[in-house]
Amino acid sequence: MLRFTIRRLLELIPVLLAVVTVTFFLIRLAPGGPFTAERNYPEDAIQRMNEFYGLDDPLPIQYLNYLACAIRGDLGPSIHNPTRTVNDIIAQNFPVSLELGLYAMVFALLFGLASGLSAALRHNQWWDHLVMPVAMTGICVPSFVIGPVLALVCGLHYGWFNVAGWEEPSDRVLPAITLGLGVAAYIARLSRGSMLEVLPQDYIRTARAKGLNEGQILIRHALKNAMIPVVSFLGPAAAGIITGSFVVETIFQIPGLGRMFVMSAFNRDYPLILGLVAFYAVIVVFFNLLVDLCIAWLNPRTRAHTVA
Amino acid sequence: MDTLLEIEDLTVRFDTDEGTLTAVEGVSLSIGKGETLGLVGESGCGKSVTAMSILRLIPSPPGRIESGRIHFHDRDMLTIPDQDLREIRGKSISIIFQEPMTALSPLKRVGHQLIEAIQLHEDVPKSDAARRAVEWLGKVGIPDPAQRMQSYPFQLSGGMRQRVMIAMALMLEPELIIADEPTTALDVTVQAQVLELIKAMKRDETSLLLITHDMGVIWEMCERVTVMYASQVVETAALRDLFARPRHPYTEALIRSIPKLTGARGELETIDGQVPSPLAYPGGCRFRDRCCKAFERCELEMPPLYEADRVAARCFLSDPNQSVPPI
Ligand SMILES: Nc1ncnc2c1ncn2[C@@H]1O[C@H](COP(=O)(O)OP(=O)(O)OP(=O)(O)O)[C@@H](O)[C@H]1O
Ligand SMILES: [Mg+2]
Repeated sequence: MLRFTIRRLLELIPVLLAVVTVTFFLIRLAPGGPFTAERNYPEDAIQRMNEFYGLDDPLPIQYLNYLACAIRGDLGPSIHNPTRTVNDIIAQNFPVSLELGLYAMVFALLFGLASGLSAALRHNQWWDHLVMPVAMTGICVPSFVIGPVLALVCGLHYGWFNVAGWEEPSDRVLPAITLGLGVAAYIARLSRGSMLEVLPQDYIRTARAKGLNEGQILIRHALKNAMIPVVSFLGPAAAGIITGSFVVETIFQIPGLGRMFVMSAFNRDYPLILGLVAFYAVIVVFFNLLVDLCIAWLNPRTRAHTVA
Repeated sequence: MDTLLEIEDLTVRFDTDEGTLTAVEGVSLSIGKGETLGLVGESGCGKSVTAMSILRLIPSPPGRIESGRIHFHDRDMLTIPDQDLREIRGKSISIIFQEPMTALSPLKRVGHQLIEAIQLHEDVPKSDAARRAVEWLGKVGIPDPAQRMQSYPFQLSGGMRQRVMIAMALMLEPELIIADEPTTALDVTVQAQVLELIKAMKRDETSLLLITHDMGVIWEMCERVTVMYASQVVETAALRDLFARPRHPYTEALIRSIPKLTGARGELETIDGQVPSPLAYPGGCRFRDRCCKAFERCELEMPPLYEADRVAARCFLSDPNQSVPPI
């Protein structure tokens, strides 16, 4: 198991290198630069700034310089936030995004599992027929629609929540729901499907023939099996929540990393874009590793493979 | 002999996409205390559904037990409350299923699954239950039983898994064991061992309902036989009587289809023709199209089950009041 973990962490190195390299050259291909913003800087000012940030060096040199710093853990300055380095920004803004992401994930799991599993247990009854189309809608409607609608209804109309911001505890509710809803809907469909696959299995019949009651059968024999596909989905789900946070943090004016990322792209803040992309890559790889370890723990068969 | 279990007039149907399927129709059979009853018939004739009905294990939907009574002691299994049913399941009546590969819970250790069954029905500490489970794994011929307790089902071969199932079915010393083709999914060499094991482990007062489509197995194991064809019972008789003097042409054909190892020209006979579809059984006798003795009346009327003294046959030729002597 430990060998497996180490191997996966070593695999992170080529992944990171590829991500950074592709991003580095892609953003240079995009038209414009860090100083082609709204304000019209004078020519010579731009030149001096390019010099200061080393943007007038040949690209390969810039690339190697960047890698040299990044390896030492220094992701460089942020061009648009001259007072903060990229490392500062991650340290200050990531906890906010992490909090939001966790709430969204918890909401998605609770809500998704509750509706998915209850639908499976009432297969083909009205509850099932109600939950599944709603879940389908939840998957299809994008968060930039859900967010404003929630803000409009629960914020403006009923006044239950603030429309934006991240001060009071209640400010967490609408963004977390907006961010988690799509994942919740997906988990609902997934858990319903896997439960429906497990329930007619022979070993469930064996459990029944032993004399277990339906609750015991569900908890001891059905649930663990039905959870495996759901847990496998948590890797992609985390990636989805990260990308979702770009939109949601912007809608609700949340001082998280996602909003920083969107702004860095608008501003062509090269070091910030690169640093955040690399950081997100690390997060996704870590989370997938965590998910794989969970699966191995759940399923003795994969565990055997993982150890081998 | 005292009757332990009696099925009366059981009818089970399934609602499928193609329509209503009759799996079991008007089936009656009885098992005496300590008796081994063989239930035999071609694939799909309703053996498993009959057996599963005893413990109400028919999935519903799509299945429906439409009519019938299943007397166990003085109670009707089909109407007793769930709580009482669960006490009987696994404790008084246990089942060995057809498919050992999938019958054990894949994510639980074998030992855990055995201990769970013991503790469900008996108020014993876990250590006692574990000791008993190990002992039974040893009894059913699993090497290294204490070690095997820690195994997951996927780490065991089919034969070993079926042994685990047998241990699970026998360790609570039930009054009735239902063995649904316990060896069909196993290697030929393992088949004989598993049957021997069931025979050896079964206590004298324990009844056994052994389902199979192999007349050879019936001959080896059973005292009485019920033959099913196309969802119905077509014959019931004591073993020797059945083999010596089959009353139903289908039974006769089954006996002829046993490969004779001793016979010089031991040709395997198969029964020609097709079983009618359970989605739409024709009127009249269901075996008539494959029967060499069929006559006009077989087309027109369904023969009743002529019963007398624990012997029964569903054929006009075994009508005790028949004027034309059987051919
Ligand atoms: N869950 C189910 N849904 C629909 N039809 C079913 C179901 N279970 C059994 N049947 C049908 O009921 C009929 C009897 O099936 P059963 O399993 O009792 O046959 P069997 O005699 O045990 O055959 P085999 O020797 O192959 O095990 C078959 O036509 C089968 O297709
Ligand atoms: Mg069967």
